[in-house]
Amino acid sequence: MDGGGIRAVSAMNNWPWRLERRAEPSIAMKFASPLIAAVAMLVTGFILFSALGLSPLSAFRTFFIEPVASTYGFGELLLKSTPLMLCALGLSIGFRANVWNIGAEGQLIVGALAGGAIALFVDGLGGFAIPLMLLAGILGGMAWAAIAAFLRTRFHTSEILVTLMLVYIAQLLLSYFVHGPWRDPAGFNFPQSQSFDENELLPLLAETVRVNIAFLIALALAGVAWFFVSRTFAGYRMRVAGLAPAAAAYAGYGEKRNIWLALLIGGGMAGLAGVSEVAGPIGLLSPDISPGYGFAAIIVAFVGRLHPIGVVLASLLMSLLYLGGEAAQIDLQLPASVTGLFQGVLLFYLLAADLLITYRIRRARPDVVAAEAIKVDNPVNVQT
Amino acid sequence: MQPHPRLALHGITKRYPAVLANDHVDLRVGAGEIHALLGENGAGKSTLMKIVYGVTQPDAGRIEWEGRPVTIRSPAEARQLGIGMVFQHFSLFETLTVAENISLALDSREPPAQLASRIREVSESYGLPIDPLRLVHSMSVGERQRVEIVRCLLQSPQLLIMDEPTSVLTPQAVRMLFDTLRRLASQNVSILYISHKLDEVRELCDTATVLRGGRVSGTATPRAESNESLARMMVGGDLRECHLTPREAGETRLELRGLTLASTDPFGTSLHSIDLNVRAGEIVGIAGVSGNGQSELLAAISGERRVGNAASVSICGSASGTLDAAQRRRLGLSFVPEERLGRGAVPEMSLADNALLTAHSAGLVRNGLVRSDAAREFARSTITAFDVKAGSELSPANSLSGGNLQKFIVGREVRLKPKVMVVSQPTWGVDVGAALRIRQALIDLRDSGAAVLVISEELDELYAICDRLAVLFRGKLSSVHPTSQMPVEKLGSWMAGEFAQ
Repeated sequence: MDGGGIRAVSAMNNWPWRLERRAEPSIAMKFASPLIAAVAMLVTGFILFSALGLSPLSAFRTFFIEPVASTYGFGELLLKSTPLMLCALGLSIGFRANVWNIGAEGQLIVGALAGGAIALFVDGLGGFAIPLMLLAGILGGMAWAAIAAFLRTRFHTSEILVTLMLVYIAQLLLSYFVHGPWRDPAGFNFPQSQSFDENELLPLLAETVRVNIAFLIALALAGVAWFFVSRTFAGYRMRVAGLAPAAAAYAGYGEKRNIWLALLIGGGMAGLAGVSEVAGPIGLLSPDISPGYGFAAIIVAFVGRLHPIGVVLASLLMSLLYLGGEAAQIDLQLPASVTGLFQGVLLFYLLAADLLITYRIRRARPDVVAAEAIKVDNPVNVQT
Repeated sequence: MQPHPRLALHGITKRYPAVLANDHVDLRVGAGEIHALLGENGAGKSTLMKIVYGVTQPDAGRIEWEGRPVTIRSPAEARQLGIGMVFQHFSLFETLTVAENISLALDSREPPAQLASRIREVSESYGLPIDPLRLVHSMSVGERQRVEIVRCLLQSPQLLIMDEPTSVLTPQAVRMLFDTLRRLASQNVSILYISHKLDEVRELCDTATVLRGGRVSGTATPRAESNESLARMMVGGDLRECHLTPREAGETRLELRGLTLASTDPFGTSLHSIDLNVRAGEIVGIAGVSGNGQSELLAAISGERRVGNAASVSICGSASGTLDAAQRRRLGLSFVPEERLGRGAVPEMSLADNALLTAHSAGLVRNGLVRSDAAREFARSTITAFDVKAGSELSPANSLSGGNLQKFIVGREVRLKPKVMVVSQPTWGVDVGAALRIRQALIDLRDSGAAVLVISEELDELYAICDRLAVLFRGKLSSVHPTSQMPVEKLGSWMAGEFAQ
């Protein structure tokens, strides 16, 4: 029994609402909470669109339906979900092990740089160009994440701060290369590299869409991630480290190994996402190769319950938000920040729903409490 | 004698989703009465006290205070009525003084300086000497408990609830506590004394209400009962006793040689030059009030904390001080930690997954892949062999009662056939039946030739299962002596630090 908790509660007696731990959190609600959060997000959008003087129904059409109403649009949905899925799959494995890699965006950029370097400076690879680029992208992302892993395991620095700060370094690194040494001499001074050759671009899934085989790779990796987490001993050790660090230490699972593994997996997946973008729809290196996929992937990982299948679905939802946001800019003249707004609202509702799974809000009745206190005419009252 | 009992509970019922914690419980405590609430863990004692102290509300039933029906909605209301509670685990701020701590805990605002004189007054009048200006981190557990009692007494309670108060005290401190409680009772304060220690209840309490499975299984006058008759009411059957047959110990399996280790916790205890050897086929017990270096010693043996000097810890003859926990396990070490949930087991994971935690070396992993059939089979046979009450091997660890989870963890470690077994507080908070099962498992392990080290606060337990005993006090270990040459008085004074260094 925790006396401190009781005191904290009694100190808050004036506030009529209390959070009370539920005896047993509902399993069904655990799976339903992402859906509830999505619905609450839609309701908020409804109110928001109304307040802006737009017809909510047609705004919804523009935002959520029209972007995917055509084959091309559907392809775009899959295309944008790919980097989100790749990053979020890697992150969710690390998050389960309590390794907080916030810098997938940076690892994505370095992956794109590494893969792009192969495309730009190694010629005559023919059919081997793509596999080599993907490999370089993975290694680039891993190398960037390895910096954080080394600092964490050697000097106990927070991987949250290090990975985040490395994002900005990666962005400046990319900017340096495309403004400087890697700039296309025939590019009218635009800060971008030469376009990649045909054999350096990922094959499309169909003629009429822009989505490429990276989507299939991401789906396959979702299967691999599921297998890793649920079937391998390394995945088990990482789950233990996340759920009960003291139990991991008790069993003798090395903490360092988990940190390295988590960051290398997260970095490698983000790097793969980066190279897939530049070897896919973008086709060259430029300063803005990612609209924040690496950060949005954090939300995707949590909306997906850190489970590979959940991540696949959540990345499709997040991709739709990106597409809807673009459509809203064009058709409804809404600012670009509407995408970020929906992402933030979604995460907010998810966290709130998760809180309410483990806790419930109870109304204390101060009026009754006061009445009882008066009724009790015990001499002890005088002293207290 | 007053016309009404001070506290009367009628038909108190409290249902939690999984369990009926209290089932029509009746209880009467008279003025100035020391009333024992006896029961095994999980019998519903804590729930009932939470209801009396206003932490939770009953689903049905009435509470009467001095003959008037009352509803107690919060601990603050309970205190207003005149109910005080001393918790088993204290929540004191280590870096603050006694007066500051008490000031924070009182419902009224009273500056610590002013409070100090009142604390001194109350503590002296009840024979509980404490210095209000002392910092809490420098105080022993017994002294901290005094702070909690004085905190309650400042509010002049009419009923004091004591939750397992002696589990953290030396035998001498228990004597002092009993004197205080008797003095309070003579001043007409009622005391509700929660315990599962039968000797204490028989010595101290006027009446007893025994709970079993959420129901009142009987009321008794403890002085008129024997330990056996009270235990029967608690457990609902007769108890077997453990038996330790003398046998010759073999070669040294676990050896500590000049083990010195600074604590990483600012309020922890550093270890000073500890020497100990545990031989094959014997159980060595380490007594002592917790907080005297037990957790540091265990971490240094298990490998959760590595020691700079490799030779200061030897397992089966290998210098192991610099090895990690996994490497030491490979040398034949098994370990049952004090904390079951979160250290000995992962709360959210199933028993099958928890079998994997340390038994992965027993063929549950092949080529880096988990053999879930094998893990389930290992968990299932552990459940059967150790009579663990669990839904199935797929039940999560946190759905088990403390005693059943402990049986599972002990079973898992024993089934790894360790050469050296280290167990901390094997039966802490475990019901009588499960405790017996666990002790017997340790004795069987000893008889099969393993070296067993037990660290415990329960002296009865140490006397029941140990071949040799030592005492840990402020990071120093006493010499080790055969149990027959360690009378309880001597052990008690050693626990207070009175042994030659």
